[in-house]
Amino acid sequence: MTIETITWSAYIVAALLFILALAGLSKHETAKVGNLFGIAGMTVALAATVALVVDLKISTTGIVLLVAAMLIGALIGLQRARVVEMTQMPELIAMLHSFVGLAAVLVGWNGYLLVEHEPNGAEALHLDALGTLGIHHAEVSIGIFIGAVTFTGSIVAYGKLAGKFNSAPLVLPGKNLINLGSLVVFAALTAWFVVDPQLWQLIAITALALALGWHLVASIGGGDMPVVVSMLNSYSGWAAAAAGFLLENDLLIITGALVGSSGAYLSYIMCRAMNRSFISVIAGGFGIEAPSGDAVDYGEHHEINAEGTAELLGEAKSVIITPGYGMAVAQAQYGVAELTNRLRERGVEVRFGIHPVAGRLPGHMNVLLAEAKVPYDIVLELDEINDDFPETDVVLVIGANDTVNPAATDDPTSPIAGMPVLSVWESKKVIVFKRSMASGYAGVQNPLFFRDNTSMLFGDAKDRVNDILAAL
Amino acid sequence: MQIGVLREASPSETRVAATPATVTQLLKLGYEVVIEPGAGTKSGFTDAAYEAAGASVGTVTETDIVFGVNAPSGEQLDSLRAGVRVISLLSPALNPDLVDNLSRRPITALAMDAVPRISRAQSLDVLSSMANIAGYRAVVEAAHVFGRFFTGQVTAAGKVPPAKVLVVGAGVAGLAAIGAAGSLGAIVRATDPRPEVADQVGSLGGEYLSITSPEVEVSATGYAKEMGDDYKAREAELYAEQSKDVDIIITTALIPGKPAPRIITAEMVASMKAGSVIVDMAAATGGNVEGTVKDEVVVTDNGVTIIGYTDLAGRLPAQASQLYGTNLVNLMKLMTPAKDGELVVDFDDVVIRSMTVVRDGELTWPPPPVQVSATPAAAAPAAEVVKVDKEPMSAGKRLGLVLGGAAAMFVLFALAPAALLPHLTVFALAIVIGYYVIGNVHHALHTPLMSVTNAISGIIVVGALLNLVHDQKLVLGIAFVATLVASINVFGGFAVTQRMLAMFSRS
Repeated sequence: MTIETITWSAYIVAALLFILALAGLSKHETAKVGNLFGIAGMTVALAATVALVVDLKISTTGIVLLVAAMLIGALIGLQRARVVEMTQMPELIAMLHSFVGLAAVLVGWNGYLLVEHEPNGAEALHLDALGTLGIHHAEVSIGIFIGAVTFTGSIVAYGKLAGKFNSAPLVLPGKNLINLGSLVVFAALTAWFVVDPQLWQLIAITALALALGWHLVASIGGGDMPVVVSMLNSYSGWAAAAAGFLLENDLLIITGALVGSSGAYLSYIMCRAMNRSFISVIAGGFGIEAPSGDAVDYGEHHEINAEGTAELLGEAKSVIITPGYGMAVAQAQYGVAELTNRLRERGVEVRFGIHPVAGRLPGHMNVLLAEAKVPYDIVLELDEINDDFPETDVVLVIGANDTVNPAATDDPTSPIAGMPVLSVWESKKVIVFKRSMASGYAGVQNPLFFRDNTSMLFGDAKDRVNDILAAL
Repeated sequence: MQIGVLREASPSETRVAATPATVTQLLKLGYEVVIEPGAGTKSGFTDAAYEAAGASVGTVTETDIVFGVNAPSGEQLDSLRAGVRVISLLSPALNPDLVDNLSRRPITALAMDAVPRISRAQSLDVLSSMANIAGYRAVVEAAHVFGRFFTGQVTAAGKVPPAKVLVVGAGVAGLAAIGAAGSLGAIVRATDPRPEVADQVGSLGGEYLSITSPEVEVSATGYAKEMGDDYKAREAELYAEQSKDVDIIITTALIPGKPAPRIITAEMVASMKAGSVIVDMAAATGGNVEGTVKDEVVVTDNGVTIIGYTDLAGRLPAQASQLYGTNLVNLMKLMTPAKDGELVVDFDDVVIRSMTVVRDGELTWPPPPVQVSATPAAAAPAAEVVKVDKEPMSAGKRLGLVLGGAAAMFVLFALAPAALLPHLTVFALAIVIGYYVIGNVHHALHTPLMSVTNAISGIIVVGALLNLVHDQKLVLGIAFVATLVASINVFGGFAVTQRMLAMFSRS
């Protein structure tokens, strides 16, 4: 048993614990234990690494730096985790992605400084003897590239989500050409770097990747951010995996691959839920011009007031609430949770129907509702609840629009045709909470509002929910 | 503006164009309302009740708008002032003389029975609201004459079978009849040439009898069309069979602007059991049943009663007046966009255009046709719309794709340096494991999933830590920063996940 075998086996154990952590998230009941598995895995991996580092005769300065960096990092991380608002989760997650990207860039640069920069150094000679020096050149380049794209991409995503940057898509002429061209230039520079590693090539690669990451996300509209954040989640995984190849560390490779496929899967789910092709979202966003000539006469909408809604809810046997991000914007989730409790106490069956893109992140709406103390077993997904609408007395649509648009199924010419939607219109009565008759994010008018069984309840969702509570 | 409500000229008319409830709503729109004395008596609304609601009682000769149920008589029209807007049922398609008479006067006339059948105009569609009442009343009339229970019962004195009711035509009146007969406990069957009504029939507890035919179609006007010969033969067969079986037949088949189709022949009537009842709701336009006499009840030789009342809606006057009055209120809402009591006749509005028979003394009948059925007019050119009806991949195609991918990977890995292969093995397997593990994650936990993956991708801190053993200042500095940011991820990610998961609670 040497220190190498000890760390190696610790890494295997850590990797298995990470897999268990992700597997634990498959159910609410096991999710907390899953997270603990993750913490355990991380502890094992860090302990083994610190032991290895100490064994490698780390200098006192190194120890001080290690302790200081981890302490500061831990303090910042725990503090952010403690104070973050649940509505701000997307920003936090985007920010954390950028850190992984930054760390990958830095690890890559250190790889360069330790090997390519010192062709006669111990490491370089060691690798040369193994015949993997060329691979190392490529790994440095690729690792830095993925890391840098993730870094700036996540910063832009963070800025757009936090409202610090303009969320409108940046449209540069020939944006697809810019993206493709960057990839081609990157490939050429990498090939050159492998043959003849020079500092300037690596600087160029870093700069190119930073610019590409920026441009890639800047040209995607704010509403597509859920997909982008999932995609960056994936990138951050690939960045970690690339660092693993660079350091010949299988734990990083495994973890990176797990995270990478996780992000890719989430992006895929989100794209399917928005009825977009993944490529079209990534390659410079989605043309979100309001469809022209939308002069179809949908007729007149009906209005209802809070008292009328309260009366309907009081008489209903089953109610489904389909919230959208507008509910969180209006901070109405607490009132909605209260309404849910009151109705349930009266014996009304209340459930929530959540569309995959209802929040700003996959699963975001579930977290927001959980924060408001809505029990998770009455919060159902699109597929779980869509068949139940015909037997439902009242549906409350709060802050959602495109996700309940019947045009997606009825009108093949609609821009959102084919998108899976909650078929609320099949229920006996639909109440739509809305500020005005403006169209939704996709710029598509919603024929739901003009249906005979739909009534509009205008005004701020929070105020209206409180009015209903008062009237009940 | 002032709205005048006429006392109906026809002595047989029981309805009135406004009730105290609708008067209140009209006042809210900014109008003043004048009621002719005794206008609501037959519907059970006294002048005092109208006055209590805010109307005044007086003559309508000077009002700007006049409401009626039926078209005003000649004398009534003569007494109105020039420029008045008359709103009532006019049946302009059936009454050319009336249309001619109206067009010779300096007035505007709107026909409440010419509302186009589009969903926006449903709230003012008198034909629907009256048909609904008539359908209900038809069942009540039938029950009144029918000498038995509708519902089946098992009593000490023996078993009573439920009555069998056939409703011909599942339009508004037919559906109302199905609902009313069903709630009395009868077995209800219904026919209609439009198969899409089967669900509506079913939802009211009726059984839809289909007449299978290739000719079934939705007409562009929303009414059933007259059908071809082949269809008629099959239809006749069905009705002949049903006539022998059922106790009550309610017919509602109407074709706008044409005589009602003859559906139940004298032969079929003769085949019915004695004591059976037929209510012919199409009696006004000739009747669906051979032997119907308009406005009368006849009993055939074999003891079948045929009811041909044409005033079924008027036989529930208070209800009919209330719904008709509400239709008028909805029309006023549409025509009073500013809610200031000023009537606007907007010819750009297809509903108003269709209803207007005469505008300021100028004949505007017939109006241009309105397309109402569900065929969407070719909408905006939507070039970017991609039809996403993806066929599931065939097994062969799938196999080909996978094998192709495998071959490509084989080549790639074979070309890779040997030292890289163990890592590539781990990498490939980890991706596969990741895919399956993530695929099982509950949708509701996707946000915690992202934060936990954030935390574990902080494992990159291992790489940064290992760099700390070197003593070059630059390397140390970079490693320090990398360790710091990765630590934020590790600690922040796990902590926020824990915080989120703690929020989820069961009920």
